[in-house]
Amino acid sequence: MKILVTVKRVTDYEAKLKLSSSATDVIREGVNMIMNPFDEIAVEEALRLKEKHDGEVVIVSVGTKESEAQIRAAMAMGADRGILVEAPLSLSSDMDSTYVAKILQKVVEKEKPDLVLMGKQSIDDDNHQTCEMLAELWGVAQATQANTVTINNRIVTVVREADGGLETLEVDLPCVVTTDLRLNEPRYASLPGIMKAKKKPLDFWAVSDLGVEHKPQVKLLKLSYPQARKSGLRVKDVAELVNKLKNEAKVL
Amino acid sequence: MATHLIFAEHDESGLKKSTLSALAAAKKIDGDIHGIVLGKGVNKVAEQFAAFCTKVHLCEHDDLTHRLAQPYAKVIADVAKKISATHVWAAATVAGKDLFPRVAIRLNAGMASDIQAVQSESVFLRPIWAGDLSGEIEILTPTKVITARVSEFPAPEAALASKGEVIPFDVSLGEIKMRFKSFDAVKSTRPDLSDAKVIIAGGRGLKGPEGFKELIEPLADKLGAAIGASRAVCDAGWVPNDWQVGQTGKVVAPKLYIAIGISGAIQHVAGMKSSKVIVAINKDPEAPIFQIADYGLVADAAKAVPELIALL
Repeated sequence: MKILVTVKRVTDYEAKLKLSSSATDVIREGVNMIMNPFDEIAVEEALRLKEKHDGEVVIVSVGTKESEAQIRAAMAMGADRGILVEAPLSLSSDMDSTYVAKILQKVVEKEKPDLVLMGKQSIDDDNHQTCEMLAELWGVAQATQANTVTINNRIVTVVREADGGLETLEVDLPCVVTTDLRLNEPRYASLPGIMKAKKKPLDFWAVSDLGVEHKPQVKLLKLSYPQARKSGLRVKDVAELVNKLKNEAKVL
Repeated sequence: MATHLIFAEHDESGLKKSTLSALAAAKKIDGDIHGIVLGKGVNKVAEQFAAFCTKVHLCEHDDLTHRLAQPYAKVIADVAKKISATHVWAAATVAGKDLFPRVAIRLNAGMASDIQAVQSESVFLRPIWAGDLSGEIEILTPTKVITARVSEFPAPEAALASKGEVIPFDVSLGEIKMRFKSFDAVKSTRPDLSDAKVIIAGGRGLKGPEGFKELIEPLADKLGAAIGASRAVCDAGWVPNDWQVGQTGKVVAPKLYIAIGISGAIQHVAGMKSSKVIVAINKDPEAPIFQIADYGLVADAAKAVPELIALL
Protein backbone atom coordinates (compact mmCIF):
# COMPACT_ATOMS: atom_id res chain seq x y z
CA MET A 1 0.00 0.00 0.00
CA LYS A 2 1.26 3.42 -0.91
CA ILE A 3 0.56 6.16 1.62
CA LEU A 4 1.18 9.81 0.89
CA VAL A 5 1.54 12.11 3.90
CA THR A 6 1.59 15.87 3.65
CA VAL A 7 3.75 17.90 6.03
CA LYS A 8 3.88 21.65 6.47
CA ARG A 9 6.62 23.80 7.92
CA VAL A 10 5.05 26.10 10.52
CA THR A 11 6.13 28.40 13.34
CA ASP A 12 6.59 26.72 16.71
CA TYR A 13 3.36 26.82 18.73
CA GLU A 14 5.27 28.24 21.66
CA ALA A 15 6.76 31.12 19.67
CA LYS A 16 5.72 34.66 20.55
CA LEU A 17 4.83 36.13 17.20
CA LYS A 18 5.28 39.74 16.13
CA LEU A 19 3.73 41.42 13.12
CA SER A 20 5.92 42.53 10.24
CA SER A 21 5.84 46.25 9.37
CA SER A 22 3.45 45.62 6.47
CA ALA A 23 1.13 43.74 8.87
CA THR A 24 0.61 41.04 6.26
CA ASP A 25 2.93 38.50 7.85
CA VAL A 26 4.74 37.75 11.08
CA ILE A 27 8.45 38.26 11.61
CA ARG A 28 10.01 34.88 11.03
CA GLU A 29 13.66 35.65 11.80
CA GLY A 30 14.71 33.88 14.94
CA VAL A 31 11.42 31.98 15.21
CA ASN A 32 11.77 28.23 15.60
CA MET A 33 10.10 26.28 12.78
CA ILE A 34 8.56 22.86 13.27
CA MET A 35 6.52 20.24 11.47
CA ASN A 36 2.81 21.00 11.90
CA PRO A 37 1.90 18.83 14.94
CA PHE A 38 -1.18 17.32 13.28
CA ASP A 39 1.03 16.27 10.34
CA GLU A 40 3.41 14.54 12.73
CA ILE A 41 0.47 12.42 13.87
CA ALA A 42 -0.29 11.66 10.20
CA VAL A 43 3.31 10.51 9.64
CA GLU A 44 3.12 8.26 12.70
CA GLU A 45 -0.18 6.74 11.56
CA ALA A 46 1.24 6.08 8.08
CA LEU A 47 4.23 4.29 9.60
CA ARG A 48 1.97 2.13 11.77
CA LEU A 49 -0.21 1.23 8.78
CA LYS A 50 2.91 0.33 6.78
CA GLU A 51 4.06 -1.93 9.62
CA LYS A 52 0.75 -3.80 9.32
CA HIS A 53 0.11 -3.73 5.59
CA ASP A 54 3.56 -3.20 4.00
CA GLY A 55 4.09 -0.65 1.28
CA GLU A 56 5.65 2.75 1.05
CA VAL A 57 5.30 6.05 2.92
CA VAL A 58 5.93 9.12 0.78
CA ILE A 59 6.18 12.57 2.34
CA VAL A 60 5.06 15.65 0.39
CA SER A 61 5.52 19.26 1.31
CA VAL A 62 4.60 22.41 -0.60
CA GLY A 63 6.71 25.41 0.28
CA THR A 64 10.15 26.90 0.17
CA LYS A 65 13.42 24.95 0.12
CA GLU A 66 13.62 25.16 3.91
CA SER A 67 10.74 22.69 4.14
CA GLU A 68 13.36 20.01 3.43
CA ALA A 69 14.05 20.01 7.19
CA GLN A 70 10.47 18.93 7.94
CA ILE A 71 10.54 16.24 5.20
CA ARG A 72 13.83 14.90 6.61
CA ALA A 73 12.29 14.87 10.08
CA ALA A 74 9.47 12.66 8.77
CA MET A 75 12.04 10.43 7.05
CA ALA A 76 13.94 10.18 10.33
CA MET A 77 10.75 8.83 11.90
CA GLY A 78 10.78 6.14 9.17
CA ALA A 79 9.16 7.48 5.98
CA ASP A 80 10.71 6.12 2.78
CA ARG A 81 11.08 9.10 0.46
CA GLY A 82 10.03 12.66 -0.08
CA ILE A 83 8.81 15.21 -2.61
CA LEU A 84 9.24 18.92 -2.08
CA VAL A 85 7.13 21.04 -4.39
CA GLU A 86 8.91 24.35 -4.36
CA ALA A 87 6.46 27.19 -4.42
CA PRO A 88 7.15 30.78 -3.45
CA LEU A 89 4.32 30.90 -0.94
CA SER A 90 3.60 34.03 1.01
CA LEU A 91 1.26 33.95 3.99
CA SER A 92 -1.43 35.40 1.74
CA SER A 93 -1.12 32.75 -0.97
CA ASP A 94 -0.73 30.12 1.71
CA MET A 95 -4.08 31.25 3.06
CA ASP A 96 -5.50 30.37 -0.37
CA SER A 97 -6.05 26.67 0.35
CA THR A 98 -7.48 25.99 -3.10
CA TYR A 99 -4.08 26.76 -4.65
CA VAL A 100 -2.28 24.35 -2.31
CA ALA A 101 -4.97 21.70 -2.81
CA LYS A 102 -4.59 21.99 -6.61
CA ILE A 103 -0.83 21.52 -6.31
CA LEU A 104 -1.40 18.44 -4.15
CA GLN A 105 -3.93 17.15 -6.65
CA LYS A 106 -1.16 17.13 -9.30
CA VAL A 107 1.14 15.25 -6.93
CA VAL A 108 -1.59 12.69 -6.26
CA GLU A 109 -2.22 12.24 -9.98
CA LYS A 110 1.47 11.49 -10.54
CA GLU A 111 2.03 9.35 -7.44
CA LYS A 112 -1.32 7.48 -7.39
CA PRO A 113 -1.34 6.69 -3.66
CA ASP A 114 -3.90 4.38 -2.05
CA LEU A 115 -4.29 6.69 0.89
CA VAL A 116 -3.47 10.31 1.63
CA LEU A 117 -3.01 11.09 5.32
CA MET A 118 -3.02 14.73 6.40
CA GLY A 119 -3.16 16.76 9.59
CA LYS A 120 -6.68 18.13 10.07
CA GLN A 121 -5.41 21.72 9.99
CA SER A 122 -2.17 23.63 10.21
CA ILE A 123 -1.54 25.58 13.38
CA ASP A 124 -0.53 28.78 11.57
CA ASP A 125 -3.39 29.73 9.25
CA ASP A 126 -5.88 27.40 11.05
CA ASN A 127 -7.84 27.18 7.79
CA HIS A 128 -8.92 23.54 7.99
CA GLN A 129 -9.62 23.47 4.23
CA THR A 130 -6.84 21.89 2.16
CA CYS A 131 -7.57 18.22 2.95
CA GLU A 132 -11.26 18.33 2.11
CA MET A 133 -10.53 20.42 -1.00
CA LEU A 134 -7.99 17.86 -2.18
CA ALA A 135 -10.51 15.03 -1.65
CA GLU A 136 -13.10 16.89 -3.74
CA LEU A 137 -10.62 17.74 -6.51
CA TRP A 138 -9.38 14.14 -6.57
CA GLY A 139 -12.97 12.89 -6.58
CA VAL A 140 -12.62 10.60 -3.57
CA ALA A 141 -14.26 10.22 -0.17
CA GLN A 142 -12.82 11.50 3.06
CA ALA A 143 -12.82 10.83 6.78
CA THR A 144 -11.73 13.84 8.79
CA GLN A 145 -10.65 14.25 12.41
CA ALA A 146 -9.83 10.57 12.87
CA ASN A 147 -9.09 9.10 16.25
CA THR A 148 -8.88 5.47 15.06
CA VAL A 149 -7.96 4.16 11.60
CA THR A 150 -8.10 0.51 10.50
CA ILE A 151 -7.85 -0.91 6.97
CA ASN A 152 -9.31 -4.19 5.71
CA ASN A 153 -9.91 -5.27 2.12
CA ARG A 154 -9.31 -1.79 0.80
CA ILE A 155 -11.90 -0.29 3.13
CA VAL A 156 -10.79 2.19 5.77
CA THR A 157 -12.81 2.26 8.97
CA VAL A 158 -12.41 5.55 10.75
CA VAL A 159 -13.74 6.65 14.10
CA ARG A 160 -14.04 10.44 13.98
CA GLU A 161 -14.40 13.04 16.66
CA ALA A 162 -17.76 14.54 15.72
CA ASP A 163 -19.89 17.04 17.65
CA GLY A 164 -21.50 15.28 20.58
CA GLY A 165 -19.85 11.91 20.16
CA LEU A 166 -17.84 9.53 18.03
CA GLU A 167 -18.89 8.71 14.49
CA THR A 168 -17.72 5.60 12.66
CA LEU A 169 -17.42 5.77 8.88
CA GLU A 170 -16.34 3.29 6.23
CA VAL A 171 -14.49 4.81 3.32
CA ASP A 172 -13.24 3.11 0.15
CA LEU A 173 -9.62 3.49 -0.92
CA PRO A 174 -8.29 5.64 -2.40
CA CYS A 175 -9.31 8.41 -0.03
CA VAL A 176 -8.15 11.23 2.22
CA VAL A 177 -8.01 10.76 6.00
CA THR A 178 -7.17 13.61 8.38
CA THR A 179 -5.80 13.22 11.87
CA ASP A 180 -6.99 14.52 15.20
CA LEU A 181 -4.87 14.78 18.33
CA ARG A 182 -5.78 11.52 19.96
CA LEU A 183 -5.08 9.27 16.99
CA ASN A 184 -1.62 8.34 18.26
CA GLU A 185 1.48 9.59 19.98
CA PRO A 186 4.17 10.26 17.37
CA ARG A 187 7.48 8.45 17.91
CA TYR A 188 10.76 10.24 18.39
CA ALA A 189 13.28 9.79 15.63
CA SER A 190 16.14 7.47 16.59
CA LEU A 191 19.75 8.44 15.98
CA PRO A 192 20.16 5.75 13.26
CA GLY A 193 16.87 7.01 11.83
CA ILE A 194 18.24 10.53 11.62
CA MET A 195 21.43 9.27 9.95
CA LYS A 196 19.47 7.21 7.43
CA ALA A 197 17.12 10.08 6.64
CA LYS A 198 19.99 12.12 5.21
CA LYS A 199 20.42 9.54 2.45
CA LYS A 200 16.78 8.84 1.65
CA PRO A 201 15.61 10.02 -1.78
CA LEU A 202 14.09 13.49 -1.91
CA ASP A 203 12.81 14.92 -5.21
CA PHE A 204 12.46 18.63 -5.79
CA TRP A 205 9.63 19.60 -8.08
CA ALA A 206 9.00 23.10 -9.38
CA VAL A 207 5.43 24.24 -9.04
CA SER A 208 5.68 25.76 -12.53
CA ASP A 209 6.20 22.26 -14.00
CA LEU A 210 2.93 21.02 -12.53
CA GLY A 211 0.80 23.39 -14.60
CA VAL A 212 -1.18 24.85 -11.74
CA GLU A 213 -2.25 28.38 -12.40
CA HIS A 214 -2.48 30.59 -9.35
CA LYS A 215 -5.61 32.63 -9.58
CA PRO A 216 -6.01 33.94 -6.04
CA GLN A 217 -9.43 33.33 -4.53
CA VAL A 218 -8.76 34.92 -1.18
CA LYS A 219 -6.42 37.63 -0.08
CA LEU A 220 -5.01 38.44 3.32
CA LEU A 221 -5.51 42.18 3.71
CA LYS A 222 -3.98 42.64 7.11
CA LEU A 223 -3.09 41.02 10.39
CA SER A 224 -3.72 42.54 13.76
CA TYR A 225 -3.42 41.70 17.42
CA PRO A 226 -6.81 40.83 18.83
CA GLN A 227 -8.26 43.15 21.39
CA ALA A 228 -6.76 42.10 24.70
CA ARG A 229 -9.02 41.30 27.60
CA LYS A 230 -8.22 43.41 30.58
CA SER A 231 -7.26 41.70 33.75
CA GLY A 232 -9.84 42.40 36.40
CA LEU A 233 -10.05 42.30 40.10
CA ARG A 234 -8.35 40.04 42.65
CA VAL A 235 -10.83 39.03 45.31
CA LYS A 236 -9.58 38.12 48.77
CA ASP A 237 -11.82 35.16 49.48
CA VAL A 238 -14.72 33.05 48.28
CA ALA A 239 -17.30 35.22 50.05
CA GLU A 240 -16.13 38.32 48.19
CA LEU A 241 -16.16 36.38 44.92
CA VAL A 242 -19.75 35.26 45.41
CA ASN A 243 -20.78 38.77 46.40
CA LYS A 244 -19.19 40.25 43.24
CA LEU A 245 -20.74 37.63 40.98
CA LYS A 246 -24.17 38.23 42.47
CA ASN A 247 -24.20 41.99 42.87
CA GLU A 248 -21.66 43.42 40.44
CA ALA A 249 -21.49 41.02 37.48
CA LYS A 250 -25.04 39.78 38.15
CA VAL A 251 -24.34 36.37 36.69
CA LEU A 252 -25.53 34.29 39.63
CA MET B 1 -28.18 42.53 -2.91
CA ALA B 2 -26.77 39.29 -1.61
CA THR B 3 -28.41 35.88 -1.85
CA HIS B 4 -27.51 33.82 1.18
CA LEU B 5 -27.72 30.05 1.48
CA ILE B 6 -27.44 28.65 4.99
CA PHE B 7 -26.75 25.02 5.73
CA ALA B 8 -28.98 23.64 8.50
CA GLU B 9 -27.53 21.19 10.96
CA HIS B 10 -30.03 19.08 12.82
CA ASP B 11 -30.40 15.99 14.97
CA GLU B 12 -33.33 13.98 16.36
CA SER B 13 -34.40 16.97 18.42
CA GLY B 14 -34.57 19.31 15.44
CA LEU B 15 -32.62 22.29 14.16
CA LYS B 16 -29.32 22.87 15.96
CA LYS B 17 -28.75 26.23 17.55
CA SER B 18 -25.38 26.57 15.79
CA THR B 19 -27.30 26.95 12.51
CA LEU B 20 -28.90 30.12 13.81
CA SER B 21 -25.44 31.51 14.57
CA ALA B 22 -24.52 31.02 10.92
CA LEU B 23 -27.77 32.80 10.06
CA ALA B 24 -26.90 35.65 12.42
CA ALA B 25 -23.55 36.05 10.66
CA ALA B 26 -25.24 36.07 7.23
CA LYS B 27 -27.68 38.74 8.35
CA LYS B 28 -24.77 41.18 8.75
CA ILE B 29 -24.94 41.44 4.94
CA ASP B 30 -28.21 42.64 3.40
CA GLY B 31 -29.82 40.00 1.30
CA ASP B 32 -32.32 37.27 0.73
CA ILE B 33 -32.02 34.38 3.19
CA HIS B 34 -32.37 30.84 1.86
CA GLY B 35 -31.93 27.75 4.00
CA ILE B 36 -31.00 24.23 2.98
CA VAL B 37 -32.04 21.13 4.90
CA LEU B 38 -30.71 17.72 3.87
CA GLY B 39 -31.71 14.33 5.22
CA LYS B 40 -34.51 11.81 5.17
CA GLY B 41 -37.85 12.56 6.80
CA VAL B 42 -36.72 16.03 7.78
CA ASN B 43 -39.73 18.05 6.70
CA LYS B 44 -40.23 19.17 10.30
CA VAL B 45 -36.73 20.63 10.43
CA ALA B 46 -37.38 22.49 7.18
CA GLU B 47 -40.63 23.92 8.61
CA GLN B 48 -38.77 24.95 11.77
CA PHE B 49 -36.00 26.66 9.76
CA ALA B 50 -38.59 28.36 7.50
CA ALA B 51 -39.46 30.58 10.45
CA PHE B 52 -36.10 32.29 9.88
CA CYS B 53 -35.72 32.19 6.07
CA THR B 54 -37.60 33.42 3.04
CA LYS B 55 -37.14 30.01 1.39
CA VAL B 56 -35.96 26.62 2.62
CA HIS B 57 -34.74 24.07 0.08
CA LEU B 58 -35.64 20.62 1.31
CA CYS B 59 -33.33 17.89 -0.01
CA GLU B 60 -34.49 14.41 0.90
CA HIS B 61 -33.03 11.07 -0.17
CA ASP B 62 -32.21 7.69 1.42
CA ASP B 63 -28.52 8.36 0.82
CA LEU B 64 -28.74 11.68 2.63
CA THR B 65 -29.93 10.07 5.88
CA HIS B 66 -26.48 10.54 7.36
CA ARG B 67 -24.22 13.53 6.91
CA LEU B 68 -21.67 12.19 4.41
CA ALA B 69 -19.26 14.66 2.87
CA GLN B 70 -19.47 13.49 -0.75
CA PRO B 71 -23.25 13.66 -1.39
CA TYR B 72 -23.84 16.56 1.00
CA ALA B 73 -21.24 18.78 -0.64
CA LYS B 74 -22.69 18.04 -4.06
CA VAL B 75 -26.29 18.81 -3.12
CA ILE B 76 -25.38 22.00 -1.22
CA ALA B 77 -23.39 23.22 -4.24
CA ASP B 78 -26.22 22.26 -6.61
CA VAL B 79 -28.75 24.29 -4.63
CA ALA B 80 -26.30 27.22 -4.39
CA LYS B 81 -25.98 27.18 -8.19
CA LYS B 82 -29.72 26.93 -8.71
CA ILE B 83 -30.43 30.04 -6.66
CA SER B 84 -27.21 31.83 -7.74
CA ALA B 85 -26.17 32.19 -4.12
CA THR B 86 -23.56 34.86 -3.46
CA HIS B 87 -22.81 33.70 0.09
CA VAL B 88 -22.96 30.10 1.29
CA TRP B 89 -22.80 29.72 5.07
CA ALA B 90 -22.38 27.08 7.74
CA ALA B 91 -21.48 27.16 11.39
CA ALA B 92 -17.83 26.29 11.96
CA THR B 93 -18.74 23.01 13.63
CA VAL B 94 -17.15 19.63 12.90
CA ALA B 95 -19.79 19.18 10.17
CA GLY B 96 -19.27 22.63 8.65
CA LYS B 97 -15.51 22.15 8.59
CA ASP B 98 -15.89 18.73 6.99
CA LEU B 99 -18.32 19.71 4.23
CA PHE B 100 -17.66 23.30 3.25
CA PRO B 101 -14.18 23.12 1.71
CA ARG B 102 -15.69 20.59 -0.72
CA VAL B 103 -18.60 22.94 -1.41
CA ALA B 104 -16.09 25.73 -2.13
CA ILE B 105 -14.29 23.58 -4.70
CA ARG B 106 -17.57 22.64 -6.39
CA LEU B 107 -18.54 26.31 -6.62
CA ASN B 108 -15.08 27.49 -7.60
CA ALA B 109 -15.43 29.85 -4.67
CA GLY B 110 -12.98 31.34 -2.22
CA MET B 111 -13.51 30.38 1.40
CA ALA B 112 -13.08 31.98 4.80
CA SER B 113 -13.15 29.60 7.78
CA ASP B 114 -14.30 30.14 11.32
CA ILE B 115 -14.91 33.87 10.94
CA GLN B 116 -15.43 36.06 14.00
CA ALA B 117 -16.73 39.21 12.30
CA VAL B 118 -18.16 40.42 8.99
CA GLN B 119 -16.44 43.62 7.77
CA SER B 120 -18.16 43.94 4.41
CA GLU B 121 -19.82 41.67 1.88
CA SER B 122 -16.41 40.26 0.92
CA VAL B 123 -14.12 40.95 3.89
CA PHE B 124 -14.14 38.82 7.02
CA LEU B 125 -12.14 38.79 10.21
CA ARG B 126 -10.89 35.44 11.46
CA PRO B 127 -8.60 34.20 14.20
CA ILE B 128 -5.33 32.64 13.09
CA TRP B 129 -2.37 31.24 14.99
CA ALA B 130 -4.77 29.95 17.63
CA GLY B 131 -6.23 33.41 18.05
CA ASP B 132 -2.86 35.05 18.73
CA LEU B 133 -3.60 37.17 15.68
CA SER B 134 -6.63 38.18 13.68
CA GLY B 135 -6.53 38.16 9.91
CA GLU B 136 -8.67 40.28 7.62
CA ILE B 137 -9.49 38.05 4.67
CA GLU B 138 -11.00 39.23 1.41
CA ILE B 139 -12.77 36.66 -0.73
CA LEU B 140 -12.18 37.61 -4.36
CA THR B 141 -14.62 35.27 -6.12
CA PRO B 142 -18.25 36.17 -6.93
CA THR B 143 -19.50 33.28 -4.77
CA LYS B 144 -18.24 33.23 -1.20
CA VAL B 145 -18.14 30.23 1.11
CA ILE B 146 -17.94 30.99 4.81
CA THR B 147 -18.07 29.17 8.12
CA ALA B 148 -18.88 31.24 11.20
CA ARG B 149 -17.59 30.75 14.73
CA VAL B 150 -20.68 29.97 16.79
CA SER B 151 -19.53 31.77 19.93
CA GLU B 152 -19.17 35.10 18.05
CA PHE B 153 -22.66 35.27 16.55
CA PRO B 154 -25.52 34.94 19.05
CA ALA B 155 -28.51 33.11 17.60
CA PRO B 156 -31.51 35.38 16.91
CA GLU B 157 -34.39 34.59 19.26
CA ALA B 158 -37.18 35.95 17.14
CA ALA B 159 -38.33 34.41 13.93
CA LEU B 160 -39.42 36.39 10.87
CA ALA B 161 -42.87 37.95 10.88
CA SER B 162 -44.00 35.72 8.04
CA LYS B 163 -42.82 32.17 7.66
CA GLY B 164 -40.85 31.27 4.56
CA GLU B 165 -41.71 28.72 1.95
CA VAL B 166 -40.41 25.12 1.97
CA ILE B 167 -39.44 24.03 -1.54
CA PRO B 168 -38.50 20.43 -2.31
CA PHE B 169 -35.29 20.17 -4.33
CA ASP B 170 -34.87 17.40 -6.86
CA VAL B 171 -31.55 15.93 -5.71
CA SER B 172 -29.09 14.09 -7.89
CA LEU B 173 -26.26 12.35 -6.07
CA GLY B 174 -22.89 11.59 -7.56
CA GLU B 175 -20.66 8.70 -6.68
CA ILE B 176 -20.61 7.89 -2.95
CA LYS B 177 -17.56 5.99 -1.74
CA MET B 178 -18.29 6.24 1.96
CA ARG B 179 -20.80 4.78 4.39
CA PHE B 180 -22.06 5.68 7.82
CA LYS B 181 -21.64 2.86 10.35
CA SER B 182 -22.54 4.18 13.78
CA PHE B 183 -22.69 7.14 16.11
CA ASP B 184 -21.72 6.80 19.72
CA ALA B 185 -23.27 9.80 21.43
CA VAL B 186 -21.78 11.12 24.61
CA LYS B 187 -24.67 11.01 27.04
CA SER B 188 -24.86 13.67 29.65
CA THR B 189 -27.57 15.19 31.77
CA ARG B 190 -25.65 18.46 31.79
CA PRO B 191 -26.07 21.20 29.18
CA ASP B 192 -23.98 21.02 26.05
CA LEU B 193 -20.67 22.90 26.28
CA SER B 194 -21.38 24.85 23.10
CA ASP B 195 -24.56 26.46 24.38
CA ALA B 196 -24.20 26.36 28.17
CA LYS B 197 -24.79 29.63 30.03
CA VAL B 198 -22.35 28.63 32.76
CA ILE B 199 -19.22 26.51 32.34
CA ILE B 200 -17.06 25.14 35.13
CA ALA B 201 -13.67 24.14 33.73
CA GLY B 202 -10.88 22.26 35.45
CA GLY B 203 -7.19 21.80 34.82
CA ARG B 204 -4.09 20.23 36.26
CA GLY B 205 -4.58 22.05 39.56
CA LEU B 206 -7.27 19.47 40.38
CA LYS B 207 -4.51 16.89 40.71
CA GLY B 208 -6.39 13.98 39.16
CA PRO B 209 -9.74 12.61 37.97
CA GLU B 210 -10.93 12.59 41.61
CA GLY B 211 -10.58 16.37 41.61
CA PHE B 212 -13.20 16.54 38.84
CA LYS B 213 -15.52 14.11 40.63
CA GLU B 214 -15.25 15.69 44.06
CA LEU B 215 -15.00 19.39 43.19
CA ILE B 216 -15.99 20.25 39.61
CA GLU B 217 -19.02 17.99 39.26
CA PRO B 218 -20.80 19.07 42.46
CA LEU B 219 -20.20 22.72 41.59
CA ALA B 220 -21.51 22.19 38.05
CA ASP B 221 -24.57 20.40 39.44
CA LYS B 222 -25.24 23.26 41.80
CA LEU B 223 -25.13 25.85 38.99
CA GLY B 224 -26.66 23.68 36.24
CA ALA B 225 -23.42 24.23 34.37
CA ALA B 226 -21.56 22.34 31.65
CA ILE B 227 -18.08 21.01 32.43
CA GLY B 228 -15.00 21.96 30.46
CA ALA B 229 -11.36 21.03 30.78
CA SER B 230 -7.91 22.05 29.65
CA ARG B 231 -6.14 20.05 26.98
CA ALA B 232 -3.57 18.74 29.48
CA VAL B 233 -6.13 16.90 31.57
CA CYS B 234 -7.94 15.52 28.51
CA ASP B 235 -4.64 14.24 27.12
CA ALA B 236 -3.87 12.74 30.52
CA GLY B 237 -7.16 10.84 30.30
CA TRP B 238 -8.65 12.34 33.48
CA VAL B 239 -11.81 13.38 31.62
CA PRO B 240 -13.40 12.68 28.21
CA ASN B 241 -11.87 14.51 25.30
CA ASP B 242 -15.06 16.25 24.27
CA TRP B 243 -14.83 18.31 27.46
CA GLN B 244 -11.83 20.08 26.01
CA VAL B 245 -12.04 23.84 25.63
CA GLY B 246 -9.43 25.53 23.46
CA GLN B 247 -7.96 25.79 20.01
CA THR B 248 -7.96 22.03 19.58
CA GLY B 249 -11.24 21.53 21.43
CA LYS B 250 -14.40 23.60 21.64
CA VAL B 251 -14.65 27.37 21.41
CA VAL B 252 -17.17 28.61 23.94
CA ALA B 253 -18.64 31.93 25.10
CA PRO B 254 -20.89 31.41 28.13
CA LYS B 255 -22.16 34.14 30.42
CA LEU B 256 -19.96 32.81 33.21
CA TYR B 257 -16.78 30.77 32.85
CA ILE B 258 -15.14 29.54 36.04
CA ALA B 259 -11.61 28.22 35.42
CA ILE B 260 -10.36 26.16 38.32
CA GLY B 261 -6.76 25.00 38.52
CA ILE B 262 -6.20 26.08 34.91
CA SER B 263 -2.96 27.95 34.22
CA GLY B 264 -4.32 29.65 31.10
CA ALA B 265 -2.12 28.44 28.25
CA ILE B 266 -2.76 30.43 25.05
CA GLN B 267 -4.24 27.25 23.56
CA HIS B 268 -6.94 27.16 26.24
CA VAL B 269 -7.56 30.90 26.32
CA ALA B 270 -8.21 30.83 22.56
CA GLY B 271 -11.28 28.74 23.31
CA MET B 272 -12.89 30.76 26.10
CA LYS B 273 -11.78 34.37 26.01
CA SER B 274 -15.09 35.54 24.53
CA SER B 275 -16.92 34.49 27.69
CA LYS B 276 -18.82 37.34 29.28
CA VAL B 277 -17.48 36.98 32.79
CA ILE B 278 -14.37 34.93 33.56
CA VAL B 279 -13.51 33.77 37.05
CA ALA B 280 -10.13 32.17 37.77
CA ILE B 281 -9.30 30.18 40.86
CA ASN B 282 -5.67 29.12 40.98
CA LYS B 283 -3.14 28.80 43.76
CA ASP B 284 -0.35 30.20 41.57
CA PRO B 285 -0.67 34.01 41.69
CA GLU B 286 1.47 34.25 38.54
CA ALA B 287 -0.79 31.98 36.44
CA PRO B 288 -1.52 33.69 33.07
CA ILE B 289 -5.24 32.99 33.46
CA PHE B 290 -5.39 35.92 35.90
CA GLN B 291 -4.44 38.30 33.08
CA ILE B 292 -7.77 37.70 31.36
CA ALA B 293 -10.01 36.96 34.36
CA ASP B 294 -12.59 39.50 35.54
CA TYR B 295 -12.39 38.06 39.03
CA GLY B 296 -9.33 36.21 40.27
CA LEU B 297 -8.98 34.27 43.49
CA VAL B 298 -5.60 32.94 44.55
CA ALA B 299 -6.56 29.77 46.39
CA ASP B 300 -6.25 26.03 46.36
CA ALA B 301 -9.20 24.45 44.55
CA ALA B 302 -9.62 21.77 47.21
CA LYS B 303 -10.34 24.47 49.77
CA ALA B 304 -12.08 27.15 47.68
CA VAL B 305 -14.56 24.99 45.73
CA PRO B 306 -16.36 23.44 48.75
CA GLU B 307 -16.64 26.94 50.24
CA LEU B 308 -18.05 28.21 46.98
CA ILE B 309 -20.64 25.41 46.83
CA ALA B 310 -21.66 26.16 50.41
CA LEU B 311 -22.22 29.86 49.64
CA LEU B 312 -24.23 29.40 46.45
